[in-house]
Amino acid sequence: MASVTTRPPDDHDLARVAPETIALPLFSAPATVRIEPPHGWLEPHLHEVWQYRELLYFFVWRDVKVRYKQTVIGIAWVVLQPLMTMGVFTLFFGRLARLPSDGLPYPVFYFAALVPWTYFSTALQSCTNVVVNNQHLVTKVYFPRLILPLSAVVSGLVDFAIGFVVLLVVTAIYGIQPTLAALWLPVLLLLAVLTALGVGLWMSALNALYRDVHYVVPFFVQFWMFASPVAYPSSLVPQRWRWLYGLNPMAGVIDGFRWALTGHGVAPGPLMLASASAVMVVLLGGLFFFQRMEGTVADRV
Amino acid sequence: MSTVVIRGEGLGKSYHRGALQQSALLRDHLSRALKSPLSIFRRPKDETFWALEDVSLEVREGEVLGLIGRNGAGKTTLLKILSRITKPTTGWAEIHGRVGSLLEVGTGFHPELTGRDNIFLNGAILGMRRAEIARKFDEIVAFAEVERFIDTPVKRYSSGMYVRLAFAVAAYMETEILLVDEVLAVGDVQFQKKCLGKMGTVAKQGRTVLLVSHNMASIQSLCSRSILLEQGHSVRDGATADIVRDYLSTFDEGNSGVVDLRSPAIPRAGKSTIFSSVEIRNGKGEVTSTFLPGDDLVFDFALDPPLVIKQPAVHIGFDDVMGRRIFSIGTPYSGVNWPVLDRPSVIRCVVPDLRLVPGKYSISICAGTVYEPWMDAILNAASFDVDAADYFGTGRVPPSELGVMLVPADWKICESVRPLNH
Repeated sequence: MASVTTRPPDDHDLARVAPETIALPLFSAPATVRIEPPHGWLEPHLHEVWQYRELLYFFVWRDVKVRYKQTVIGIAWVVLQPLMTMGVFTLFFGRLARLPSDGLPYPVFYFAALVPWTYFSTALQSCTNVVVNNQHLVTKVYFPRLILPLSAVVSGLVDFAIGFVVLLVVTAIYGIQPTLAALWLPVLLLLAVLTALGVGLWMSALNALYRDVHYVVPFFVQFWMFASPVAYPSSLVPQRWRWLYGLNPMAGVIDGFRWALTGHGVAPGPLMLASASAVMVVLLGGLFFFQRMEGTVADRV
Repeated sequence: MSTVVIRGEGLGKSYHRGALQQSALLRDHLSRALKSPLSIFRRPKDETFWALEDVSLEVREGEVLGLIGRNGAGKTTLLKILSRITKPTTGWAEIHGRVGSLLEVGTGFHPELTGRDNIFLNGAILGMRRAEIARKFDEIVAFAEVERFIDTPVKRYSSGMYVRLAFAVAAYMETEILLVDEVLAVGDVQFQKKCLGKMGTVAKQGRTVLLVSHNMASIQSLCSRSILLEQGHSVRDGATADIVRDYLSTFDEGNSGVVDLRSPAIPRAGKSTIFSSVEIRNGKGEVTSTFLPGDDLVFDFALDPPLVIKQPAVHIGFDDVMGRRIFSIGTPYSGVNWPVLDRPSVIRCVVPDLRLVPGKYSISICAGTVYEPWMDAILNAASFDVDAADYFGTGRVPPSELGVMLVPADWKICESVRPLNH
């Protein structure tokens, strides 16, 4: 792939050539780009992603704006979906099946899990489809393709923010106060983002190569939801399987969310470190796999 | 000597034709792997198709280089490689400077967003910073002439407004290097002139431009140097005028005056096959493809309609060697009202007193109904030559540089009403 060797003139060069140009911001100096056939495993060029950060903002802005223009209910849908799921869970898992809820009122129990879960589920699915959905861009313009999955996971955060506000309202209605542990929330959110991105990169690259991958992802996500403590508390899992269960990063995120907001439930423990490491491995692998696919994606979409 | 800003050596791009035809579905790959595990290691039997092979080039700062060739010669592939959209299979290239690539106008335009929003979005996609776009916003809107509609969603724009806006955004890219692929052919004639003018300004600013176009007129006016690509190879590299002349001479596809149009190899737009053949004759009825100004041009079309055509119409468009439409004629405009075409027929069209300047011409034909004229359409179906002759009977032979048509005019000296100097 292109190995970008940027050789911007340094201050000494500029002083020799044109003293008045020293003040020029270096990022606008012409770079030398080398274009080569791909060979071996390529390192991701993250500095290039940073150069194109404005494009990331524009993609997120476009997705959000278009999403809200198209639906009649608009913003309300972001909240309606988890609220309705919460209603269904409260009725069937709570009232009828009488599953335990860590001492929390059922709506709070489910909604506190559904807000981060909905983010993860939508981020992962839109990440899977983002390259193929933007194929007209990918075949006509150059930009680091990594911007696309990044925009997918970031635009989900906008919806998350709205859902989170509603979550706070719901917990307030039930008279539950967030504890100091709420300070953990950004960390937990970051873990959810990295998990979505890590798995999403693999799915996105695979979907660009094999078009039927995106049919599998909804089932995969559904299964993942039942493998996470969304509809039930993790205390339901037998002790000897707790370690395996804890490797699921979303288990730690969901439990952590409940605990941070309400003080009830399982606090994040050492198992979170294990799942976080697993996420980093998946993410790194995903980055490399995605980069490898990136060079020829324009030929295959 | 200005610096080399683009250098490519031995660039090549191959596609595995077999792989493209093979299923792009994971489940097919998996089921194949399960049925015969070793088959996943066998390379599928395929042809390797080289879209580009061993192309080397050097472009200096400030040059405007033309890339010409037939469809499929590899021009767009070369631009895609230089734009980093796809990676080469062999060779390498080095580019010094920021590249703006215009492979299509309106890349990334979203129909739900307003013109204003799309300017920012499209500009960002093309690589411009938000501050830069904001600074040039008014100029872009003025160039596109869409001030009144800038805040309506683009899906409500006419196609003309759409392409004008799209080109306007791209026209204000400030990268040092521009790679342009045939986008100059958008919009109406007036706008095309504006685009050409803008391209000329860009070239004069000292920016480096690589231009792919089928319009030989634009290539000749903008590019001092050109590269001719043929089937993936770079065959000529030099002064534009020579290369364009050589390229156009390859279109000499044997002017015999009789063309069989039933061959499936003939590219036709439209869904039906109505034309069987066309014969070109002169006023005396002889089959020929060479004419003099003032001759009668006679076309005999053999038509074989696959279904009954009510209110049939036939149109002929005359193009010069540069691809410019000189004039068109059609049965509706000539006051012809045939009620129906339901059997194989021969239609004769006579163009009297041919007034074209000397040169090569081709005809594009279409047949259909008055309201749906393109049921069968063939571009460049046949060609003929017009030789130089003393059309006006003045002892002077009007040359092809006069323009496209020979027009009689009356000149005389008048007695002044007033003396010219007071």
